[in-house]
Formats: sequence, structure tokens, C-alpha cells
Amino acid sequence: MHNSLTHLQRLEAESIHIMREVVAETEKPVMLYSVGKDSAVMLHVARKAFFPSPPPFPLLHVDTTWKFQEMYKMRDTVAAEAGMELLVHQNPEATEKGINPFDHGSIHTDMWKTQGLKQALDLHGFDAAFGGARRDEEKSRAKERIFSFRTASHGWDPKNQRPEIWNLYNTKKAKDESIRVFPLSNWTELDIWQYIHLENIPIVPLYLSAKRPTYVHDGQLFMADDIERLEQVMGRKPEIIERSVRFRTLGCFPLTGAVESEASTLPEVIQEMLLTTTSERQGRVIDHDQAASMEKKKQEGYF
Amino acid sequence: MTEAATPETVYKTDTLIAEDIESYLETHQHKSMLRFITCGSVDDGKSTLIGRLLYDSKMIFEDQLAALESDSKKSGTQGEEIDFALLVDGLAAEREQGITIDVAYRFFATEKRKFIVADCPGHEQYTRNMVTGASTADLAIILIDARKGVLTQTRRHSYIAKLLGIRNIVLAVNKMDLVGYDQKVFDDIVSDYQNFADEIGIENFVAMPISGFKGDNIASLSDNTPWYQSASYWGKPLIEHLENVELDNSRNQNKSFRMAVQWVNRPNLDFRGFSGLVSAGSVKPGDPVRILPAGKNTTVSKIVSFDGELEEAVAGQSVTICLSDEIDCSRGGVITTADDPPESADQFEASIVWMDDEALTVGRSYWLKLGPQMVSATVQEPKYTVNVNTMEQLAAKTLELNEIGVAQITAEKPVIFESYNDNQALGGFILIDKMTNATVGAGMLHFSLRRAQNVHWQETDITREARASLKNQKPAVLWFTGLSGSGKSTIANLVEKKLHRMNRHTFLLDGDNVRHGLNKDLGFTDADRIENIRRVGEVARLLTDSGQIVITAFISPFRAEREMVRNMIPDGEFMEVFVDTPLSVAEERDVKGLYKKARSGQLKNFTGIDSPYEAPENAEIQIDTTKMTPDEAADVIVEKLLG
Repeated sequence: MHNSLTHLQRLEAESIHIMREVVAETEKPVMLYSVGKDSAVMLHVARKAFFPSPPPFPLLHVDTTWKFQEMYKMRDTVAAEAGMELLVHQNPEATEKGINPFDHGSIHTDMWKTQGLKQALDLHGFDAAFGGARRDEEKSRAKERIFSFRTASHGWDPKNQRPEIWNLYNTKKAKDESIRVFPLSNWTELDIWQYIHLENIPIVPLYLSAKRPTYVHDGQLFMADDIERLEQVMGRKPEIIERSVRFRTLGCFPLTGAVESEASTLPEVIQEMLLTTTSERQGRVIDHDQAASMEKKKQEGYF
Repeated sequence: MTEAATPETVYKTDTLIAEDIESYLETHQHKSMLRFITCGSVDDGKSTLIGRLLYDSKMIFEDQLAALESDSKKSGTQGEEIDFALLVDGLAAEREQGITIDVAYRFFATEKRKFIVADCPGHEQYTRNMVTGASTADLAIILIDARKGVLTQTRRHSYIAKLLGIRNIVLAVNKMDLVGYDQKVFDDIVSDYQNFADEIGIENFVAMPISGFKGDNIASLSDNTPWYQSASYWGKPLIEHLENVELDNSRNQNKSFRMAVQWVNRPNLDFRGFSGLVSAGSVKPGDPVRILPAGKNTTVSKIVSFDGELEEAVAGQSVTICLSDEIDCSRGGVITTADDPPESADQFEASIVWMDDEALTVGRSYWLKLGPQMVSATVQEPKYTVNVNTMEQLAAKTLELNEIGVAQITAEKPVIFESYNDNQALGGFILIDKMTNATVGAGMLHFSLRRAQNVHWQETDITREARASLKNQKPAVLWFTGLSGSGKSTIANLVEKKLHRMNRHTFLLDGDNVRHGLNKDLGFTDADRIENIRRVGEVARLLTDSGQIVITAFISPFRAEREMVRNMIPDGEFMEVFVDTPLSVAEERDVKGLYKKARSGQLKNFTGIDSPYEAPENAEIQIDTTKMTPDEAADVIVEKLLG
């Protein structure tokens, strides 16, 4: 007699085990919450891991001020529902310099996200941070450990990673060192969608297709989420056309390409995803720079 | 019987996705998951095989394919054809060098299963990486180049797979296209391998003639090897086999129930749940269980989850269990079937794979992590190491990087365990260096040693507190450490004189004196220095148990061993005294003429010259001998001690 666990049950069990290890063995963990679908799954699994207690750590949103409005709405309601503290960090230096995705290109990601994250972790003294990255996203991620150690200055050394044998994670670290933990490492994009569907997890409506105001910039389709602000920064009013679009991944609205789609339900999104022939991160501008760009960014402290 | 897979049957999902996504999702929610490892060298076509599996199961997207085509032209090794290996080799440095040096995990899925492939490097210097990949695998594909046959590395990979307890072995004879799909070539290789498998105790394996490059017998049976479909062969393509092989997870459910407690869930005074991953068996509310290490029996009152109470928890699930009685149990405890609990012991024999550049130091105290249990432990001199190429057992003093050996382990307190063969979660452990925090070894427990089982603590009626109160003092250890000639013995002697005048009961253990008696069998190698300190630590502990103030003067150059002694002595009774004299000053004094001998090479392993001194980072007392006299130093120490 046996009860054959499904792949989603086993992935969930593994993620729960990882989260409990972190809570049992580190001093001050935090969960990075980006409001995307992976964050949604990570948070849902965390609620399961510690039930009936609320997850014993806060959520941290490293904000760039350029996220979609619907993401901000979602973030606040979700944190309240989980009974968790929500910390929001905006890099004050980036605010002061008015860093934006149009004038500053890759500096935008570096200042708001990479530097902002480091600042927030240092500010609160977190020694472990959960992130929703998956190994199937990109080649250099495929080799990152579930527990990834960062120096006091948040650097990552791909040649000096600790071996992870069985499910025994070594969380010992020197003072000022920290750990980035990826409990969803072994999930794929399809697993994430299936789990959201099966567990009825709320996600930002932008993942589903609807008529939205869009414009074309550098050959890619974007949503005009905050037209006034766009105009201000671009110095012109882009030509706005209503299109039926959705997003495969969510980030800063001027950097996140939309795809034209009629998929307005979750099964339709999954269907489209399975039939489509381009990989998920293509919609994200930051990976396009060069083949090894993600690996470089991570060595500098990007999540 | 399952229908022989053809590309159409394996990947017919396409039409279902397009026509009825709901029923597609329904099917795919019931997939199981298989983790496997591919072993072989780059030359065997390992990365090509994985690339092929990804490609055949449509896990490669158009943009990746476009990138792959351009990469293949730039740095591929397959001429004009697509080089699948480029899909798999991840880190930039590896791409440039053309070798895989780390473990990379890849994902693909068919209708029946999701697969996680650990792609590990094949060279001997990456044994630890292969061990890492193998540790979570249900199945191993051992790749052989049909042109080369069973090689040294084939033996090594098979041995490691067996060592890590992988029950399903697939012998994939690859590059069959390059030997004209010759049946005899295949038969000879399989028969060679059979002999070797018998030798090392691999009971079962499945052999397949394949070509990762051309796709033969991967997704479907190949017309190039019609003979493979006759009764004397396995006769199934690789993917079909991967889809149907029995999972460890299912097999573990038939064993006795075991769950190590990871975390105690206590949201309020009315709720106490024990959270953990069930490693074997199953449990239902009402089932009798035993709680270890308390050794008490109770029953499961309920199994709590976010989605409501569960009727059953099985191996592979992360759950939270509530008990009918209040029994003390914290992280590291084990909840188990009442009638068949695991043993506890503090001495074991284990196989150990060494994973650190710095070799094992025999006798040094490492952290041993076994599930959520974490204890200090020492490893004895290995009984032998195994030459992973010839399976020969060799005598050894230590374990170097990538070496595998069998040794005795002593833990400072009992560990709840099972043999690794019976339960990987209660038999597999890692060793962590206490100073660098690196994961230095992985081990598999064989059995406990009788010695530990039969030696018990005898309670005595007169306690250490009673002995100390008769002497009207608080016992303590003043542990002097510093370079040879730093002034340890001089100051220690003055401290003892002062305490003696104040009617304190003291005992001075001096480094040189102890080496005339108790430790006269020890030399000055690292291992002997550690044993020297361990014995002195034990003597100091006995003396504090008798109520005395112990003063020790030993160079004690290694932080790890000073920490070891600190941990032997009750909290607050150990005071480290760092006699801080710069090397140049100590060498100039050279009271015993030892530095001169060391400099001229007559004396080996001399601390500060050709053996390191690791200065304390947080000593309770630090004495700068260039700024005070020995007498002033002694006053400082006495004052701090009696405070």
C-alpha cells in the first residue's frame, strides 16, 4: 500500500522543509516579496509551512517606484491577509537622483534593485533572505545552490559554493555573512502555474489578458501604466493603443514587455504558455545584454 | 503492459493542450517526480544526452534554440549540427573551458513524470560533485562510450552510485551510431560490466544501446537496433524506463514511521505541534508513537495542515503533528513507530567522502549534522580508504579531498540514527568545519559500535558542587595560550602562587611536564597536538569536577581545540588567557634555545616557524607582555578570576 505523491506535493514538501530549516537555524530571516507569481507561490508555501502560526518573518519589498499600480495594490492586501509585517524599501539615493528606466538604462536596475536590496538587508540586519528564483529560469541559476552564501559585501562566488548533499543544509556562517535561500529552486514555470491553479492562489490580474493601454518602444510592446509619469520621463507622449495583452513576468512597467494575448483565464494562460515557443525571461530587458549577464549581476549582489 | 513509446505517444500532449487544457491540467497534476543523475565524462556525450532529453521533450524554446544554433557555430564541437551539450554547460568559465565542473540541475517532463536531472562532472577531481548529485537521485544513468567500453571512470561512477544507495542503475551504451549499431560491441560491454557489478554488489542494472546525438532508443525504439527488441534485452527506450521505474519515495512508505522534528510550532499556550519531513512510513491520528530521545510513548492526536486536518501523513510529506500527551521534544528529536524505534548511540562506523581542500584532521572536533540533529564529533584514523578506480582498500592516516574512506566517529552526545541503507534521512550526515564553516565531508552511517552501547554513566552521590563548596571556591580553568617563550609558564606559576597564598585549591598543568608522563607517547604532528590538548582538557575537567582551580600552560596553537576544551567545561568556568607576545620578541628571548633549532631546521613543526599559531579572537583575558611585568600580569588574572 502506498500513496504516490504527485510532483507538486513533493516540491511543496521540499520547499516547506527548506523554510523550516532557515527559521530553526538562522537569527533573523526575511522573505523577499516581489509581488510576482513566484513570490505568490513562495508566500503561500510559507503560510502552509508554519500553520497555524503566521510565517515567523517579515516580507520585504525592494521597490523601484516603477512597478505596476496593480502590483502595489496586491502587495498590501496579501501581506495583511497573511498576518505578516510588510517592509518596503526604496533606495533613497535613487529617489534623490530621480533614477528611471529611460535615462539610466542598467543603472536603474543596479541602483533600485541591487543596491536597494543590499541597503535593506544591512539596515535591518537580516542574516537570511528567501528569494523566489528557480533553477529553470536561466543557465547560471541552474548551478546555484538552494542556500547561497554571500560575503559581508553581498558578493557571490560561483567557484566557492558549499556542496549540498541530501537535504542537509549547512547554515553556519561568519558574522556579517548572509544567506540567500531559494526554496523554489526545483520548480519550473509550469509547476508554478499548475500550483497557482490547483491551490487557487491570488495573483496580480496583469498575468491575465485584458484590454490595456499600450505603446511600442524599441520594438517591444509595453503598457502605459502611468501615462503622466511616462510622458514626463520620455519627454513626449507615446502613441497609446488599446490592445488585449498580458504579462509573462512582472517588474518595472517600462521594462516589462507585454505579449498580445486572448488568454483571460488561468488555464488559458497555461495553455498559451505550453504552446508558445519563447522562454519566459525574454520579456525582461536585463538579461539580453550578454550571454553571461545574469551570472555577472549575481556576483555583484543581485538576487 | 505499457505500449512501446513512440514520439507520438510520449508527446501527444500537444493536441490535448490545444483542444482541452482543463483535462490536460487534470492529467498533469497527477504526475510523479523522478530525480536522476547522469554519470560520465564530457567525452561520453553526457551533456549531449541531457540536451537531447530536453529537446525531445520540448523543453527548449525557440529563442533558446536560436541562441543554441549561433553558439554551436561559435564554440560547438559538432560542426554544422546542433551541439546539445551547449544547452547544459552553464557557468561562463565552464563554457570557455569546455568542461562541466559543478552540478547543474535540469528539468523536463513527460505525461507521466516530472524529471530533475543532476548533471555532474565525470573527472576524478570532481568526485565530491558527483556525490552531491547522487545524494538526491533515485536512479543513475552510467554512460559508456561504445567505442571505449568499461573504463576506470565507469567503475568509479558505479561505485559512487552504489555507495550513495542508488537502487536503479541504467547502463547507457552511448554513441552506438559510431560503431555501426553493432550488437556484439554492446553485448561485450554489458558482459564486462556485469562482472564488475557483481564484484561491487550492484544487484540489478538495465542496459540500453543509445545515441544521444542521433536520438536512438531515447524517446522511441530505434530501427537501427532491431536486435534490442528481442527477448534477451530490456527492449524499452530510455524515457519509457525513466517513466516507470519505482521511486524511493514510494518504497519508503512501506517502512516503519519516522519523522525528525525540525521545528516546534507554538503559536500560543494551547497549541504545540511538531513539524518535520516524514522520512519513512506513514502515520494516522490515534496511532501509538514513541518520542525520542525522551523514550516516552503517546499517540498522535491530530495532523494539522493549512488545508484542514489530515487523515494520514506519508513519507515525503512535510507535516505538523500534535500529540495526546505533553512530552518534551525539541528540534532534533524523532517521532517514530512505538514498536520499532531507531537506536541511539555516540560511536559509529561510517563511510566518509571528504569534500574540502584541507584534509581531515583526525581527533579534531567537527559539527556533525544528521537531519535536524547537530552535535560535535571527532573522526578517528580511517580503517582504510577506497581507491575509487580499482576498489582496492588502502591504509590511510587521513582523508584528502575527494577521498572515500571508512572510519570510526565519536559524537559528544548520543545521536538517534539508523543505518544509511535502511533510512537515508537518519543515516546520512555532513561534517562542518567549526572554524571555516565549510561543509567538509559527507558520511553514511553503517552501525553503532558496541563500546558506546555498553558504557554507561555511573551516578555518584557527592556532586561536583558539593566538592567545590567544601573547598569554599568556584572551580575554574585558566587556559593559558601563546607562542613558545611567550611567558605562559612563568605567569601561570605566579598566578598559582598568589592563589595558593589566598587558600585556594589549585593545580597547574604544564605542557612540558605532561609530556613526560600522561602524553609521552605523543609527538608534534597536528593530530598529536590535538590529542595532547584533548587529554589535557579531559584532565582539567576531572580536576574541576573535584572542585579545583586548574591552571594550564600549553601553546595550544589551534582555535578548534581550545574551543573543544571550552565545550568540555561547564559554562562560565573556562577562561582563556592569551599571553600575547610577538613572535620577534619570543624568538629574541628564546629561553630554551628552541627557536634557534627550529630556524636551523633541527626542530620540525615548531609553532610560529613552520606550524601555525591561531591567536584567540575573544579571549577572556589578554596579556600584552611587552607592556607589563609577569607579576603585574598575574595580578590582572587573579583579579579577573576572583572578580
